[in-house]
Amino acid sequence: MRRKIIVTLIIIVCYLLQTTLFRTLSFASISPNILIVVVSSFGFMRGRKEGMWIGFFCGLLLDIFNGGVLGFYALLYMYVGYANGMFRKLFYPDDIKLPLLLITGSDVAVNLVIYFFMFLFRNRFNLSYYFFKIILPELVYTMIVTIFLYIILLKINQKLEAVEKRSASKFV
Amino acid sequence: MKRRAKFSVPLRYILLFLTGICVVGILLGFTLNISGGPLNTVAGYVFVPMQRGINTVGVWISDKMDNLKQLSDVMEENDDLRRQVDELTAELNTIKLEQYELENLRELFDLDQKYPSYEKVAANVIGKDGGNWFSNFTIDKGADDGIEIDMNVIAGSGLVGIVTSVGPNYAKVSSIINDTNKVSGMVTTTSDNLIVKGSLQNMNENMVIDFSDLNDSDDNVVVGDPVVTSYVSDQYQQGILIGYISSLTKDSNNLTKSGTITPSVDFEHIHEVLVILNKKQSTGN
Repeated sequence: MRRKIIVTLIIIVCYLLQTTLFRTLSFASISPNILIVVVSSFGFMRGRKEGMWIGFFCGLLLDIFNGGVLGFYALLYMYVGYANGMFRKLFYPDDIKLPLLLITGSDVAVNLVIYFFMFLFRNRFNLSYYFFKIILPELVYTMIVTIFLYIILLKINQKLEAVEKRSASKFV
Repeated sequence: MKRRAKFSVPLRYILLFLTGICVVGILLGFTLNISGGPLNTVAGYVFVPMQRGINTVGVWISDKMDNLKQLSDVMEENDDLRRQVDELTAELNTIKLEQYELENLRELFDLDQKYPSYEKVAANVIGKDGGNWFSNFTIDKGADDGIEIDMNVIAGSGLVGIVTSVGPNYAKVSSIINDTNKVSGMVTTTSDNLIVKGSLQNMNENMVIDFSDLNDSDDNVVVGDPVVTSYVSDQYQQGILIGYISSLTKDSNNLTKSGTITPSVDFEHIHEVLVILNKKQSTGN
């Protein structure tokens, strides 16, 4: 229960930051995608199930306020969370390479899917332009934010896990 | 690391179930134009007040940053007068802010007089699109203030976009520079119709919007001609300024022309917008 409340709070805060603060701090009208960091991190830190649910709700939030049709982002982010959850066995808290790699992969994957469905289907074939002017800058900016955000999320998760362990051992 | 035993309802089925829900949502969105419903209402009450709050904080922070910048300049110039200048800077800042506000209000007022026949409501932009692909934003007025889907949104001196979804206290606006949006426009000098299409690429590179299908056999249209919304549009009110033609080329079919339009609105810095409460009578639904 405590975890649910805290994760919900994290999602809300990150969504609000993404749509307000980071939009005003955008470089060359590119702003970072910090929700993907949240979805991806919780995916590989906590496994497929949590990744899936967190992805679903993050996507739903984007759908309600930004997307055209309800369900598109929810579907996309849900699968991102689920896919990241498969890497849980490879994840060690001290190692930052895997998280960076996974978040990079997630961000690029999400953007490519958006490009594919929203742009390619409308005859915008210039992939290299969109890749170098939208996807790559967003990735770089997201990576910079990730380094800070990921450490915060990791610390929160470790704290939560420690508290859960303690309360679990109390009942034994 | 702690490993938990897996419980019975297989994750795969939950995933499939949620996928199904999403697909149904997408299909409903495409076929019936339903988006959210009660979800919109709930989300509106939860997020809009917070977005409003953060925006206030953001404005406050940028105020402080302005303050610091000016302060350091002044310190270099004259250390002795620092304290005095400090006070003056602060004062100046508030005055600047007031002037900025005044200018904004004046612009709004001007606009109000330009399009006098329409009933309008002013709104603030409180959030922008979560990604970098589309140019949608959220405003802080919704169904409670009489806003409905398909109402036109204007700012500064021209058309900004159209309301695509409404909650009780917020509304989603899709701007005309959005890659998916099309507006039918008209060149005021010759009354020729054309189609304005948003383009992410052109907007990012040259700050212009594409247009096409201009029928101008007599070559009367020149660069610099203003383009307004057309009377044939079923979504946009007639005669709202879109921008000025910035380039013009003949299509390969030798019949129509296409080119680019410089929009009259600065889409990077939209803070306040006006929503026109009159809706164009459309034929379909």
